[in-house]
Amino acid sequence: MTEARFELIVLGAGPAGLAAAKAAADSGREVLVLDDNPLPGGQIWRGGPDQAPNARARAAFSALQHPRIAYRPGARLFAAPGPGTLLVELPEGGCRLGYGQLILATGARERFLPFPGWTLPGVFGLGGLQALAKGGYPVAGKRIVLAGTGPLLLAVADTLKARGARVLLLAEQAPLGRVARFAAGLVRHPAKLAQAVALKSRLLGIPYRCSSHVLEASGRERLERLRLSWGGEEGFIDCDYLGCAFGLLPNTETGQLLGCTLAAGAVAVDDYQQTSRPGVYAAGEACGIGGVDKAQIEGRIAGLAAAGRPEEARRLFPARAHARDFADRLAEAFRLEPALLRLARPDTLICRCEDVPLQALQSCSSWREAKLLTRCGMGACQGRTCGPMAETLLGFEPRGSRPPLQPVSLETLVSALSPTDPR
Amino acid sequence: MPEAVIAELPIRLNGETVRVPAGITVAAALALAGQQALRLSVKGAPRGPLCGMGVCFECRVTIDGRRHERACQRLVADQMEILTHD
Amino acid sequence: MQYDVIIVGGGIIAAALAESLALAGASVLVLEAQNAGAGVSAAGMGHLVVLDDNPAELALARDGLERWQRRRAVLPAGAEYRECGTLWLARDGEELAEAERKQARNRTLGLDCKLLGRAALYAAEPNLAPGFAGGLLRPDEAVLYPPAACSWLLANAQALGARLLEHCPVAELAEGGVRCADGREFRARAVVLAAGTASPELLPGLPLKPRKGQLAITERYPDLVRHQLVELGYIKRAHAATGDSVAFNVQPRATGQILIGSSRENEDTGAELNWPLLGEMLELAGSMLPALRQCRILRAWTGLRPATPDGLPLLGPVPGRTGLWLATGHEGLGITTALSSAALLAAQILGRKPELDPAPYWPQRFHQLSGSALHA
Ligand SMILES: Cc1cc2nc3c(=O)[nH]c(=O)nc-3n(C[C@H](O)[C@H](O)[C@H](O)COP(=O)(O)OP(=O)(O)OC[C@H]3O[C@@H](n4cnc5c(N)ncnc54)[C@H](O)[C@@H]3O)c2cc1C
Ligand SMILES: Cc1cc2nc3c(=O)[nH]c(=O)nc-3n(C[C@H](O)[C@H](O)[C@H](O)COP(=O)(O)OP(=O)(O)OC[C@H]3O[C@@H](n4cnc5c(N)ncnc54)[C@H](O)[C@@H]3O)c2cc1C
Ligand code: FES
Repeated sequence: MTEARFELIVLGAGPAGLAAAKAAADSGREVLVLDDNPLPGGQIWRGGPDQAPNARARAAFSALQHPRIAYRPGARLFAAPGPGTLLVELPEGGCRLGYGQLILATGARERFLPFPGWTLPGVFGLGGLQALAKGGYPVAGKRIVLAGTGPLLLAVADTLKARGARVLLLAEQAPLGRVARFAAGLVRHPAKLAQAVALKSRLLGIPYRCSSHVLEASGRERLERLRLSWGGEEGFIDCDYLGCAFGLLPNTETGQLLGCTLAAGAVAVDDYQQTSRPGVYAAGEACGIGGVDKAQIEGRIAGLAAAGRPEEARRLFPARAHARDFADRLAEAFRLEPALLRLARPDTLICRCEDVPLQALQSCSSWREAKLLTRCGMGACQGRTCGPMAETLLGFEPRGSRPPLQPVSLETLVSALSPTDPR
Repeated sequence: MPEAVIAELPIRLNGETVRVPAGITVAAALALAGQQALRLSVKGAPRGPLCGMGVCFECRVTIDGRRHERACQRLVADQMEILTHD
Repeated sequence: MQYDVIIVGGGIIAAALAESLALAGASVLVLEAQNAGAGVSAAGMGHLVVLDDNPAELALARDGLERWQRRRAVLPAGAEYRECGTLWLARDGEELAEAERKQARNRTLGLDCKLLGRAALYAAEPNLAPGFAGGLLRPDEAVLYPPAACSWLLANAQALGARLLEHCPVAELAEGGVRCADGREFRARAVVLAAGTASPELLPGLPLKPRKGQLAITERYPDLVRHQLVELGYIKRAHAATGDSVAFNVQPRATGQILIGSSRENEDTGAELNWPLLGEMLELAGSMLPALRQCRILRAWTGLRPATPDGLPLLGPVPGRTGLWLATGHEGLGITTALSSAALLAAQILGRKPELDPAPYWPQRFHQLSGSALHA
């Protein structure tokens, strides 16, 4: 097995991770950036440097050229067997990595809510469909409905349209009043306003409906038709794809693995982005949903703080406060309507890995009991998809994830754990 | 200006050779070849990709003899052997 | 109200006992600190196997297996009962000779078994690494999913009138009853301590120690293995009373997943994984079944077996403590022996003659328990 030690390891090569790595490397630290995706960029710049959409993205990717930054794609952290040690699966096998400090920039995943038919092929996450499209998934000519909440609806519509998709409808669950107040509030965030206007104008022609959501997806073997509620009325739309999700959830598993305290479903951090574990920092969506501005600023703060430059980090606090203010407004404007929690029928699946329907969970009193008696959350995704739904729908308190963090081959596990080559 | 030439490479999909653009994910290559459903659930229902980012494990296929690989997290490679519904 | 019996604990041992007692008409109260069945009963392998280290272990395991076999048809699907058989692997001539001795013993006991030569072994398990000398097949042994079996037993007991209180830890064993952590008191003619490794907390001085074990489970790889595989070397390694050890122990689950065991540790009693030992255990498994090396491990976890110094459970009255009984100490065989232990103890509590000789399992065999040495 290979073993190596780094002053600083950054987990995640999205906006937060790249910014953190650059700030720390500019301050003289040797940095290793790990990311499980085949390409850097995280969710928003998923296609890697070749697909960088703008100058900002190109600037962020320049970090990977830094002489003090090493970058490993396809690297999956799966265990932290002791202080200062990580076990990682690399494409060539398992390895053990030592670190002095660690920055968690593990981003977010989407929040799903179950509705009848949501397991049909052709039903995707919202950002999920965007991510797939960025990876070459064919969308040209497809009739697509996008449903969910927040600005991501517009961003995804933009990506898909640019790739030739026929986006039929954007269904925003929040009522018009809240969305309008949010849009008006953007005046305090002029850059965001410019972005929003640019997007909107390109999207012109796609109906954008508030107080709208999918009631049911149907089709034989794959999605053919949707039943929707729009502003209180019901209707049907025939389509090929649905992109649907309801906001984002911080990826906290790595933080939990390391014993970091969580707060409100995110990794808790102090002013310098340090978690409850000394020397372990977190930045970006992992410590609270807030988008790319917040992610980059927090990344920079974490990188500077880890490199021992607290004064410089402090100078970024006002900008972070501004970004977090935007995040708070976003969360308030696009908070979920209660009706969304009542879409699942008794036979609607909650756990897609083990095919566990809602009714099987309703007789359980806790997440633990549900796991033991129904196998809910015991499948391949280890409750990443169904756990948050069970929490929202049934009030089950989630449990920390068990190692390995990701399914890892026996061979990899053994090689990462075997004693170091004496050579 | 001439259009950029997209490099293609051959992969083996359920035993048949198909040519797909380089640089795309396995999930994308499968969809291009008409395979939206990639696996059967434990009760036998067809399933395709959901999250697109390695979280949901709905896109599991067999790649080069290894089962349970996430198609959305892997890029296609020359002569890659992919089995769906395995 | 006064119950006939209060059972402290809600693991598989308690669940089986509650069912036996309720079936015999006793009024039963089961008090479980957390979720029933969520203790070590949710961590074990669920291999129903007759081990024959000594006659008492053999008698209890055999009776236990036969009781599960008889109830096979009525078990719920979730209990995942599968008669996959146990295949004992012999690595060399020495272990093959042991297999032959084991076969001879089994024959005299009337236990069905079949000696497999090299060719028959590889026909039965084509994915085994080359180099095994042969094996011994016990075709009627089985595996099940213990949490579901435990909850089924408790549901049966409840249908017969037993009462189950979950999230109700017992704080003290009082005279003629128990006091719970929330202050509630319950009274009964008999109290059975079946709290697994936590039992000494309520009865200090009990000769019972946790013996940690680790397991790992893979994603679904149907047909990679067909039998519960154990190595004949297992006995030698696992039952050494001191030191950490790993053994090859692989089980095909009804889901198509493969459950990989196992390890034994005496000193470490935390719930955390022992990574180096896990590495050793998995390396051993991969060396015996090379196809496993490519399989993805979904989860790994630990469990604490309630172990006594002589490896036999504590089933019977506590000397000097009227109305107090023990049902614990089943180490690595508590799933197999749950039903037999229950029958044996229920008969004694109800003043009937048990089918098995109860004496070898009586707590009084330990000097700590022989007089009035125990005070709550
Ligand atoms: C599906 C999706 C689509 C989105 N689309 C947009 C959009 O169009 N516009 C927008 O402004 N915002 C979008 N967002 C919000 C986006 O998360 C943020 O704007 C921004 O990308 C956050 O940066 P980050 O660095 O915190 O996280 P991310 O960009 O998510 O980066 C985290 C990285 O860490 C990696 N990682 C996580 N766990 C591990 C591990 N255990 N081992 C190794 N690597 C790991 C991940 O694979 C990922 O590459 C989207 C979010 C999601 C979930
Ligand atoms: C790795 C491993 C593999 C195994 N494999 C097998 C196998 O293949 N076959 C086999 O037969 N056996 C196997 N076993 C052994 C088997 O799991 C145990 O022997 C059996 O589960 C013991 O059951 P129990 O009811 O005594 O303990 P538990 O299930 O632990 O039950 C005790 C219960 O008491 C409760 N409790 C504790 N304190 C209190 C209190 N103060 N008040 C109220 N309740 C309390 C606990 O919460 C718990 O639920 C294995 C064990 C391990 C660790
Ligand atoms: S689509 Fe979710 S893991 Fe690939």
